[in-house]
Amino acid sequence: MTTTTIALLVLAGGTYAMKAAGPVLAAGRELPPVLARAADLLPAALLAALVATQTLASGTAVVLDARAVGVAVAAIAVWRGAPFGLVVVLGAGVTALARLAGVA
Amino acid sequence: MGASRWSEASAVAFAVGAYGLSYGVLATAAGLSPLVATLSSLLVLAGGSQFAFVAVLAAGGAPLTGAVGGLLLNVRYAAFGLAIAQVLPRAPLPRRLVDGYIVVDESVALALGAAGRGEPPEAVTARFRLVGYAVAASWIGMTALGAYGGRLIGDPEVYGLDAAFPAGFLALLAPWLRTPAGRRAAAAGALLAVVLTPIAPPGVPLLAAAFGALASYGAPPPRSPTPRSPDVPELP
Repeated sequence: MTTTTIALLVLAGGTYAMKAAGPVLAAGRELPPVLARAADLLPAALLAALVATQTLASGTAVVLDARAVGVAVAAIAVWRGAPFGLVVVLGAGVTALARLAGVA
Repeated sequence: MGASRWSEASAVAFAVGAYGLSYGVLATAAGLSPLVATLSSLLVLAGGSQFAFVAVLAAGGAPLTGAVGGLLLNVRYAAFGLAIAQVLPRAPLPRRLVDGYIVVDESVALALGAAGRGEPPEAVTARFRLVGYAVAASWIGMTALGAYGGRLIGDPEVYGLDAAFPAGFLALLAPWLRTPAGRRAAAAGALLAVVLTPIAPPGVPLLAAAFGALASYGAPPPRSPTPRSPDVPELP
């Protein structure tokens, strides 16, 4: 096996262990109240972090580019109660248009 | 509800597929054989870390360095897996092992978003599995197409697909933004991730953002306490 194959297997095995720990060990179990409350709010913190980094991060730099335009329009759509599909299409479409218009 | 689940899953699969295609092209350009590139998508099934891995290879770095970078990027799946485990039933072990395999950003986010809208746990579980299988099939299949098919494809960023993901995640976040505790957790998570992006290694900002969930602990209790179930966030 080449080092590349070994490295890929390390990545695959480690990733699977981290992904599966929750479903395999904690599914259907009652968590202590403190942890349960944290688990309730965990998605909010993680989703917000995904939104922020996928909009603003470019490698390790924080930038304002065409994505911010698209996501801002998507935010207005969310606020107005638009359905999921429309929000996604608006986010992508407006970003593509902004890039066409020359926004970095 | 079933129909909306399928349309949601196909939309996600389409966007993921576009990235799978470009991953297949990039991975072979970085020196992986088409077979190894396809197997990497099957075995790892975590796009961000796979891109990070082949980026290190393409830059001439050591493969193990790429693997460690990719793993760091994937530590967040431990938190994602724990979050979705609160909704999943106590199924037989083989089922839970498969559930663990399909823990990806899209499956967890869409399932938790539905839970946030008050969907019952069985429906949330079905959504998680459908989106997970759709993402896996699309990611692996389109990697193969990109790896074997060569460079016939354009850059997905031309279509703004990179912004489709944050837009979708924002829509999923909406139910939490209607509660003070949810707003505090979201603001703290976003802030931590952005502040750490320039100074921490890739993957660490998203991991640290999990601590944003603790931001509500020091806060005074809500004025009108609402009853809550252990697996579904409060609805407005």
